[in-house]
Formats: sequence, C-alpha cells, structure tokens
Amino acid sequence: MRMSSREVSSSEIKTTQPALTPQAFLLAKTKWRWPEVAFWLVAFSLIWLMPNRHLLLNEIAILGLFALSIDLILGFAGIISLGHAAFFGLGAYAAGLMAKHGIGEPVVGLLVAGGIAGIAGFFSSFLILRGSDLTRLMITLGVALIFHEIANRMAWLTGGADGLLGIIIPPILGQFEFDFRGATAYTYSLVVLFLLFLLARRIIHSPFGLSLKALKDNRLRAGTIGIASARRIVAIYTLAAAYAGIAGGLLTQTTAFVSLEVLDFARSADALLVLVIGGSGYLYGGPIGAIFFKIMKDGLSALTPAYWLFWMGFALVVLVLVGRDRITGFADRLFAPVVALFGRKAR
Amino acid sequence: MSVLALETRGLSKSFGGFKANTDVSLKVQAGARHALIGPNGAGKTTFINLLTGVLPATAGSVWLQGEDVTTISPQGRVRRGMARTFQINQLFNELTPLETVGLAISERTGFGAQWWRRIGTNSAVVDEAAELLMRMRLGDVMLRQTKVLPYGKQRLLEISLALACQPSLLLLDEPAAGVPEDERHEILDIVTALPESVTVLLIEHDMELVFTFADRISVLVQGMLFAEGSVEEISNDPRVKAVYLGEEAHV
Repeated sequence: MRMSSREVSSSEIKTTQPALTPQAFLLAKTKWRWPEVAFWLVAFSLIWLMPNRHLLLNEIAILGLFALSIDLILGFAGIISLGHAAFFGLGAYAAGLMAKHGIGEPVVGLLVAGGIAGIAGFFSSFLILRGSDLTRLMITLGVALIFHEIANRMAWLTGGADGLLGIIIPPILGQFEFDFRGATAYTYSLVVLFLLFLLARRIIHSPFGLSLKALKDNRLRAGTIGIASARRIVAIYTLAAAYAGIAGGLLTQTTAFVSLEVLDFARSADALLVLVIGGSGYLYGGPIGAIFFKIMKDGLSALTPAYWLFWMGFALVVLVLVGRDRITGFADRLFAPVVALFGRKAR
Repeated sequence: MSVLALETRGLSKSFGGFKANTDVSLKVQAGARHALIGPNGAGKTTFINLLTGVLPATAGSVWLQGEDVTTISPQGRVRRGMARTFQINQLFNELTPLETVGLAISERTGFGAQWWRRIGTNSAVVDEAAELLMRMRLGDVMLRQTKVLPYGKQRLLEISLALACQPSLLLLDEPAAGVPEDERHEILDIVTALPESVTVLLIEHDMELVFTFADRISVLVQGMLFAEGSVEEISNDPRVKAVYLGEEAHV
C-alpha cells in the first residue's frame, strides 16, 4: 500500500520536475562547487606563492576562523554577539598558559583551548536563550567585559596588562618547527581553518543545521513542530565558542604571546565587521571578509599611517549606508554565476 | 467509550485584570470534527495558545488522550500528538516546502538533531515529505522558496506542516483566513479530506465553513463557553444567533 503510493508519487515528480527529484535537489544543495574548490586551492597555494606575506596571511586565517565562529551563531541561528572575544581570549590564554607551564605541544594546546572556550560557551549560552537582539548584544558584551576584567585582575596568572611572557611553542606534533617568516604558522593556521570549515560545512548541511535555519527564520513555528529550540541554540553557541577558542589558541601559538588585547571589545567588533563585509550565512563570509578587512587595514595604514582608522570607518559607514545588500546585489548581478556557484542563495 | 482526544477542565487565563478565558471545560471526542466558534475577541486565540502550551494557564488543566499535559512544554505536546496551524502564516520563508515538511518529519522520527549526516541522504524522510506534499497539492512547488509561493499555497503548506507531525489531534486556526475566493475550495477540499484517524478542532470565524465541516460546535463568548451542541442545535439556538447578529449589527 505504502510502496505503491510512493511509486505513484515518484512518477508524478518526474512529470512535474523532470530535471530533479526531491532527493537529488536536496543533495545538489550540499555539493562542492568549483569556486569553493578554487578558494581553498588558492589559499593553500599561497604557502608557496607568497612566502613574504606569511605573517599577514596567518593573521587573515585566524581572523577568518574567528569570524567563521561568529557566522555559525549569527548567520545560521540568528544570534548576534558583541562579546565573542571572550571565547577567543579564553582560548588564547589557555594555549599560552599551557605552553608556559610545559604542555606546549600545539595540537594538544588547541584542543584544550577549544574545550575550555566551549565549556565557557556552554554555560553562557543559557544567558542568551531569551530576549531580543538588544538583550543579547548587552549580555554578550557584558560577559566579554567580565572576562576582560578577570584577566586584568588575575595578573599573577595572566601577566595582566604586560601580557603573558615566556611562552615557548615546541614543533607541531614534534615535527614542524615554527619559523620567523611564518611559513609554518600560516600552514598550520590554514590547515586548522580548513578542517574546522569542513566540519562546519557538514553541520550546516545536516538536519541539525536545517533546524537552526528554521529557528532563525521563525522560532515560534519551529517550536510547534517539535524542535527544542533551546537545546539547538546551546549546542551551536557552544560549538561557536569552541571555534573562537581555537582561533585564540592559534594566535597565541603562532605569535608566542598573549596580552589583554585578545579580550578587547575591539576584537569582537572587528570580527563582526569582517562578517558584515564578507556577508553572513554562507560560511565563506568570515574568510573572505577577513581578506578584505586585513588588506584594507594594511593598505590604508601604509597610505595614511595616522588616519587609517578614519578611512576604515568611512568605508564601513558607506558599506552600511549604501547597504551591503545593494553592493552585493550589484555584485550578484555582475558575478551572478560565480556567486550562485558558491552556493549562496539568490536574492 | 473511547478516551477523549482532548479535554480541558476549568481552563482559565487572565492577563492582569483581564480575563481572556474563564473556566472553559471542553470535551472533544476522538475522531470528531469539532468547531470552536465565537465573535472577535472571544478568546479563541488565547484558548489555542493554552492548549498548545505557548501560554501557561492561570488555572485549570489540559488533557490530551487522557494524559494531563498542563505542565508539559509545547514541544512535548507535539511529540504526544498535538499539532496546530496558525491563523496568520508561520512558515520558514527561506526554506522550500520540501525542507519545511522534511524538518518536521525528521524531528518526529528522531533525526532532527543529527549533525553528521547530509540532508537528503535519509530517503525515508525525503520520500515521506514528497508524498505528503503531493497529496496536499504542493507537488509542483515543493522545490521553490516558500516566500515566493501564492498565498493559497502557503495556507496549504501551513496544514501540511502540521500533518507532517502525524498528529492525533489537529488544531486548525482559521485555515481559510485571507485566502482569495478562487483558491478557497482547495483548502476546503483538503480539510474535509483529512483522515478519520485525526481528530480536528477547528477554530473558525466563517460560519459557512463550520456548518459544512463540523459535526459538533462549541461557542465561546467573552472567554466563556456559551453553548455547545450539534450543528443543528447551534444553528437554531436563538442565543447564538443573537451573539452573532449582535456582532454583525456592529459591523
């Protein structure tokens, strides 16, 4: 009985949708597109092609990962945060303190940094379950300020305003020594970014990821079809915090230094700007935004060392006033095939 | 006697000093086509929110298939077989109908929290979703974004989404509200063709739909149950007429 009705329906699909069965349609959405492959090929080839810019590239990869972690909550679950640096900083200090006290192996350090940040994310996620966007902004901002002040007060542990000195990072997995030009650092950060990107990509294309999109779209209805929204939000917030912690750990390990800057409000705000520049909700916004942000910052500060922040601010005001939608709308028309291939929904 | 599909005992809800629902005791038989009617502001929406657990009751209890669900979360009530539609569309505008219905099916079958599996690899979920959408006359639009669908199709998706939860009790909140005349029959056909196994409580304003569809009617006025009976009894009840005529006189 069931079988026969299924057969009927699939034959009907063929008559109405000759090109795509429902299953093929869903699977096609998750396929790798060539610009995605090209993006990562270029990123990895820069290890050999731009040996003089490895330090900058390393910063971009770390900022990209940090912005990606915000994209997970903002772009996919609709949770806005102005305090994500709390988790970045926690991971940075965790990696730094471990290295200082003898457990310097970078991969272990990263796992611990991510784990600790994830635990902090888990507990603070309960604070952002209710309320409006404004409430969330204030709560996340508040949490980050608390973390900053704790790190400042616990100077005996963190080094306070002077920063944590005496961090020595041994070779990765005992094999790859960090060098002064940053070749190892960039390779290491890029590999970590890539692996975490793969995981994030898998997650957003899963039933769990789809339920997040549904929550973002209409939380009321999501509840009435049985989605336990609170649990899903706790899960993604925890994951995003772990990602941020790993990004922080990477910064510590590749620069062998941590200071209170890792917990600065400016760091949270920068990452949010990166996401505004790159666009949220398609996973590449973080990495792409980070490229533009760093290049703009680098270029502007070379042109006008004293006033680069002015131009940065100017560019952002224009970006927001003209509307990123309109700019990308223009880009969409110009590069419509490319953008579509990146898997971004057409507007 | 079989177990009641739904029962409320002395259900009340106040917002500050305002009593939206007062002592509502309603019994809905299993398999019934029960309609809850009442003029604007009678407290129908509050009542449905109490049933689904969106609002906590001030007093009284809600029983689903003989089980007290008063303190159970909205999600818990969905898992126990209560699904609803909304008077104003509450859909996922960015998703396609296929994804929308697939979500509810995944959730019901326990795959909703899987994060390691790609969407579409679970063919049981996809097949069930496609089959349901075919049946609901959404087959030709199931791969399009919900927000671009005509309003009538969106109303059908509202009902499909509730049915995807395989409810034993379906709460329909004005299913044909705002649907243009020429698309209306499609909604009515679907509603009348709902399987016997599903008990339906229809919250409605439109008397024509109620009289063609329902086998039992309860009338809610000013937050209180005002009358209850068969279609015959209610349509001939002078007090009910007075309430409705009185209201129409205002309009």
